[in-house]
Amino acid sequence: MEILNIAKQSILAPAGLQEQDIERVMSSLLSVPVDAADIYFQSSHYESWIMESGIIKEGSHNIEQGAGVRAVVGEKTGFAYSDKIELPVLLEAAGNVKAIVRQGQNVRTAISKQAAWPRYYHPGNPLKSLADQQKVDLLHKVDRETRKLDSRIEEVIISLVGVYENVLVANQDGTLAADIRPLVRMNVNVIVEENGRREQGSMGGGGRCDYGMFLDQEKALEYGREAVRQALVNLEAVDAPAGSMTVVLGAGWPGILLHEAIGHGLEGDFNRKGTSAFSGRVGERVASDLCTVVDDGTLPGRRGSLSIDDEGTPTEKTVLIENGILKGYMQDRLNARLMGVSPTGNGRRESYAHLPMPRMTNTYMLPGPHDPEEIIRSVKKGLYAKNFGGGQVDITSGKFVFSASEAYLIEDGQLTRPVKGATLIGNGPDVLTRVSMVGTDLELDSGVGTCGKDGQSVPVGVGQPTLKVDALTVGGTSI
Amino acid sequence: MQNREEISRLENLVQSILDEAKLQGATAAEAGLSVDSGLSVTARLGDVETIEHHRDQGLGVTVYFGQRKGSASTTDLSNASIKETVTAACSFARYGSEDPYAGLPEQDWLATEFPDLDLFHPWSLAADRAIELAIACEDAARSYSTEITNSEGATVTSHQGIRVLGNSLGFLKGSESSRHSISCAVLGQRGDSMQRDYWYSVARNPDLLEAVDAIGRKAAERTIRRLQGRSLSTRQCPVLYSAEVASSLFGSLIGAISGGNLYRKSSFLLNALDTRIFPEFVHIHEQPYLVGALGSAAFDAEGVKTRARDIVAEGILKDYVLSTYSAKKLGLASTGNAGGVHNLIVDSGTDDFTGMLKKLGTGLLVTELMGQGVKMVTGDYSRGAAGFWVENGEIQYPVEEITIAGNLKDMFKNLVAVGNDVDYRGNVRTGSVLIERMSIAGE
Repeated sequence: MEILNIAKQSILAPAGLQEQDIERVMSSLLSVPVDAADIYFQSSHYESWIMESGIIKEGSHNIEQGAGVRAVVGEKTGFAYSDKIELPVLLEAAGNVKAIVRQGQNVRTAISKQAAWPRYYHPGNPLKSLADQQKVDLLHKVDRETRKLDSRIEEVIISLVGVYENVLVANQDGTLAADIRPLVRMNVNVIVEENGRREQGSMGGGGRCDYGMFLDQEKALEYGREAVRQALVNLEAVDAPAGSMTVVLGAGWPGILLHEAIGHGLEGDFNRKGTSAFSGRVGERVASDLCTVVDDGTLPGRRGSLSIDDEGTPTEKTVLIENGILKGYMQDRLNARLMGVSPTGNGRRESYAHLPMPRMTNTYMLPGPHDPEEIIRSVKKGLYAKNFGGGQVDITSGKFVFSASEAYLIEDGQLTRPVKGATLIGNGPDVLTRVSMVGTDLELDSGVGTCGKDGQSVPVGVGQPTLKVDALTVGGTSI
Repeated sequence: MQNREEISRLENLVQSILDEAKLQGATAAEAGLSVDSGLSVTARLGDVETIEHHRDQGLGVTVYFGQRKGSASTTDLSNASIKETVTAACSFARYGSEDPYAGLPEQDWLATEFPDLDLFHPWSLAADRAIELAIACEDAARSYSTEITNSEGATVTSHQGIRVLGNSLGFLKGSESSRHSISCAVLGQRGDSMQRDYWYSVARNPDLLEAVDAIGRKAAERTIRRLQGRSLSTRQCPVLYSAEVASSLFGSLIGAISGGNLYRKSSFLLNALDTRIFPEFVHIHEQPYLVGALGSAAFDAEGVKTRARDIVAEGILKDYVLSTYSAKKLGLASTGNAGGVHNLIVDSGTDDFTGMLKKLGTGLLVTELMGQGVKMVTGDYSRGAAGFWVENGEIQYPVEEITIAGNLKDMFKNLVAVGNDVDYRGNVRTGSVLIERMSIAGE
């Protein structure tokens, strides 16, 4: 209950609101026959520090707070929000929202349930985990140490971001749920130059924890070293090959493959509406039997983790694909109800000003039987893609892309030359059927992923072991 | 202006924020405030799906203590919160480094004239009327063909708001603007092939929105023509970017000549000023004073006067895209582009779309791009694509699951023609663009 009290103190108390005020707004929403209704309060403190050209260029602090009010009838949703957390404003929002339903009724509601569930991160405020001077000192240290690594370094840009978010969700069934969500991230971006050729490399990490993670085992300095290593590799890179070939994907961040190729296509809203290439395919084979893929919001301290989702549902480890067979979808409450299944704790929203929808948390593939080195040795000619930038998917046609930022040619089972970045394109419903080897080396990404859907951004995680895909189209220029 | 009183009230609020910053010791300050409201309605399968009422407000403050900078923002406009926000910005400034380039714009860069650009046309759109429009739009798409089998719905949105910008050099200006849109996305099916496509219209004046049934029909037509697409074998060939995707090429140009990427040396067009980067016929200019246009503005996000100017003339790069900070860093004057460009116009040639297909001859017409595969530091370009295979100027069949790749420097130099089939909807106005040769990767 401590979390609930902290959230109430930070969100309701400054506005002079009490639990009975939430009950009043909820009663107003329920004065018409709705299938579901919720009120979502959020208060978010965000800070960012940017170091560039060896100086702290900018620090900024943002406070965002407000409430979103929603009523759902069948497939219809009414929604209003306000950045003023005041009773008359909330009642007006409720009045607007319930216009989605035409006839009235009288229902009284009371907050009765204040459920307890496991927590996957500490509720502390990460912005206060270091003094401002310590944050500045850390940035200076990373800048100094990174610049020392190589004389070809032209520019180092470092960002440090922290978020402290309090969330309170009231549901039509009388539940009041709260969550306190810390989130930190650090990124190092490096530009190198040699003989007039310029390249860049970047590395970062983060999670739902405090800034202490960057001090542990000098993690922050490791980001700098890795960014420089990538930039220098890119200086040597030759044109990437073009065409369909065997591709070995490295462990960790290349798991963006799963996020794009199958993750979005398995979100409940698309499948309820029948707009996904995976619609109606539960029970069918969509991957080789080496593949088991889960979405797991319960990993302690990970960037994509949540104790409860934005509808107050505890998160789960949801099996999406088991030994190659499609097992189920990721659901929020609305789509779960309409599909007659249970919500899976995947109802997420960017903020109080956005409607929740089914979204991923941490999506990854479980390890397989193969030694990662053996996987590379098994390839006569192909591409080894170790690091990636972003990706995108068309969930209806199933076509997806993701862009390699560090890759090597494989020739006769050996990594030979580094090649320039290239976009890889494939078809979601069959790419995983071509996975012929899965490594023992499951890794999760370092904690920098952000997923966009319908204009809403949320933090996510991905992961996978080293994978071999027998045929994937590589979009290089060398034909 | 209907809301003169409200604008004055918000201008006074911004002035009081600047005063507060001074009181807390700032030597210079800038504050921006916005208040927006809107309605967004989606209908799907002939019935309303969502009604969203939007109401947003926000304040951003930047303060300078000499050459040290700090900033803060909030969505809470209460007096207490405003004071805290100014205090937060001041506290961040104390930890900032002395940066010789930090500061407000030079006084004589600031805008002093504010012509009426006709950017405010409120739409008194009731939710019921918006639902009717959305349903009619989606109906037009769904009744277009029996091959339209499903829908993501049609959405009608209307937004309006007031923005006020002020700084301690005496700049203080509030203005109103509006933005309305209608969009529709439907699915088609033929055999095993399922495709989705969309169309939209956006305008500051609701009277200038395309008719709902035309939007619905275009969405349907675009969806159906994609059905049963196939991949291509890996090859090199000419590529025609349709107008709606060609704007992204010039978006990359703007990125490469933006101050931030230039001073960080992360642009493939470093030191390219006054050199030829396009063929001689290419003319690209910025027109901030177009009446009623989406990108129009008399001043940028820092209050600097915008200018109508050439960016590329006779194929030669004539000017950069700079904010105050990046300009000072490069030893230049701001070009009035804090926050981006204002109506970038790519001059058209004489060919319409059919003429451009003829010019393409045999090659790839690209109508959709996927992913972010553009590397600003090198110009390396590799993106997912979908479109049509064209032979002898005639569309043959839809293609998908391919990539197109090259280097933007070469692509710009090998630009063959710009069509007069201009897409007027965005901040970048261009017709279709033909590139002489790119690498296509497929099956």
